[in-house]
Formats: sequence, structure tokens, C-alpha cells
Amino acid sequence: MYIIVAGGGKVGFYLAQNLLAEEHEVLLIERNPQRVTEINDVLGMVAIAGDAAETATLVAAGAPRADVVVAVTGEDEDNLVICQVARAKFHVARTIARVNNPKNENLFRMLGVDVTVSQTNYILNLIEQAIPQRSFVHLLNLWHEDLAIVDAKVSESSAVAHRALAEIELPENTAITAIARGPSLIVPTPATELLPGDDIIAIAHQEQEDELRRLLV
Amino acid sequence: MKVVIMGCGRVGARIAALLDNTGNQVSVIDIDSQAFRRLPVAFGGETVIGTGIDEDILRRAGIEDADAFVAVTNGDNRNIMAAQVARMVFDVPEVVCRIYDPVREDTYRRLGLTTVCPTTTMSAIILDLVMRGNEDEGHGRGGDG
Repeated sequence: MYIIVAGGGKVGFYLAQNLLAEEHEVLLIERNPQRVTEINDVLGMVAIAGDAAETATLVAAGAPRADVVVAVTGEDEDNLVICQVARAKFHVARTIARVNNPKNENLFRMLGVDVTVSQTNYILNLIEQAIPQRSFVHLLNLWHEDLAIVDAKVSESSAVAHRALAEIELPENTAITAIARGPSLIVPTPATELLPGDDIIAIAHQEQEDELRRLLV
Repeated sequence: MKVVIMGCGRVGARIAALLDNTGNQVSVIDIDSQAFRRLPVAFGGETVIGTGIDEDILRRAGIEDADAFVAVTNGDNRNIMAAQVARMVFDVPEVVCRIYDPVREDTYRRLGLTTVCPTTTMSAIILDLVMRGNEDEGHGRGGDG
């Protein structure tokens, strides 16, 4: 695949390096000419100097034949415009933007960016998962459908403890997919009884996450 | 009418002052508090410090019931993003966005934004003045007319 990476900071650099290692054709666009020289010294001639939101730069980068444009600069407004211009002017099939301010993640998708990656959210998420005894952990967002995979620990005082799944009314758009009890993984059936200490792995629409938390924890 | 202006440079401050003078409700957003010194002493509108690409800052400036939003910072991309937020998230009826880069201006005009490109506008005016001078003198300096 031909992939254009906009932004030659740490993220852009390591992304380009990994993509090259996977034998993709990569071109990196970076505004600072000195940084371009540094990158080219390490990765070979893969970087050009320029403003990736400028059409002339994208033409020089061969945007019309690019399969993917990835915008990973430190400025959200630049990442948004780079993706939108790539799509509107060059019909690039897939645009991916780094979102620096997590508040912008939904907005970017609403404005036509195919995939958004929020570093802040990922880091928060990993830290949350690493904190012991958290009762409800958001594990992963699934793209497109606003679904999330969550892990909820059933407490002694939970309304669902010692009850069979058939008796429990789950919020809309949620499904319990697995139960981890000690070392064993239980594939749930209507007869499965939930016990305090169970880790429930569920898929939930992001809007129902809070409701599910209140029910299970 | 209620107008939110992002960017308190020469243009933003002037638009704000003119609207304020004619009895409109105006709020101006800028990341630099010093920028508000460009507003007249008698300015009766609101000033909000922050970036207009942040929905919370726009809310604080009263975007939710604004009749118009004007994006005139010196960053094209910031203006483009804020204008889209105003239109798509807050349904502001009138959104105007300044874009210096003529190609980007063309792209976003086609995508439905109301845009102003000072580069093409100024070039056209100046070119017009230059050419008119040429016509007045017949065939220009050194001509025989």
C-alpha cells in the first residue's frame, strides 16, 4: 500500500518506521526542514518538507495514488484539514487522524475522518486497566457502531449477584459475552448464575455503559 | 442579533466593534488576552479567552443561541475546524470562515462553507486598480497615446 504520513514527530517517525518494516511504500510530510533531514538520515529518503494541508504539497507527495493518509501532527485542526482535503480533493480511500484533545474524537468522525486515534484516551484506558480492584473497566472501543467492550466485577452488594442470567434484565444494546470466574472462562447460558467476584465481559453501546455499570457493579 | 467572533485581530476587532455599535450582542474569542486591547474602550460585548476549536469555549461564548459565527483567526485550519463545529455541532444559521489559502478556500466552499479568501479578493482589487491606471493613460507610460 502507498501510505502518506503527515507530521514527523515521535508518532509520525515510529509509524513510518514500522510501516516501512512491513514493506509498505511510505512518504512522510514534515513542516520543519531540519527535522526532515534528521528523519531521512535514519530512515532513508522517505520524508519531504512541506505543509500537508497545502494542496501543492499533497500533489508533490502523490496523494492521488495514496491508499491511506494518516495525519499525526500535534494540532487537531491541522489533522482534520489534512484528512478532509485528502478525501475531498484527492479521493483518498482511507483517512486516519490522531486526535490530541479527546473531546474532538466524535467530531472528527462526524466530519468525515474514517478513523480517529486518541492517544490521551488510550493512555487513560491502559492506566485504568492497570489499577487493581477497579470494578468497571472500559476495555476497547469498537469502530463504526459506537460499541465498547467492558469488564465489570460483580460485587457482593450487586443487584445481580446470585441470580441467573435469565432473571436479569440487561439494558438495551448490551450483551454479556463471557464470564471469567477465577481461572475458568464460562460461556454464559440463561441458567448461568452470577457470583460475587465474577468478571463479566460485555459488549455495550457506549450510551448504555453507565446503565450497565449501575446494574452489575 | 447575536454574533460570536473567533479571533480578535484587526479584522475580528473591527467586525466586533461595528456590530456592537449597531446594537448587536457580540462575544469575541481569542487565545491571547492582549488581543482584546484592539477593541474600542466603549466595547459593550463579551470577551472569552480560549481557542474556538474547543466546544466548551464556544459554549461559554454563547454559541448555542448565536445567529452567526465568524472565524477570523490567522490560522486557516483553525478557522475551518471552528466553522464546521459551529455549523455541524451547534447549528448556527450563518457561519463565515476566512481562509487565506485560495485552494483550501475553494475546497471548503465546495463542501458548503461560506468562505472569504482575502488573497484572491485583494489580488483582484489591486489588479483592477493597476489595470485601470493603465487604461487611464491610454497605452501606459512610454506609450504614444
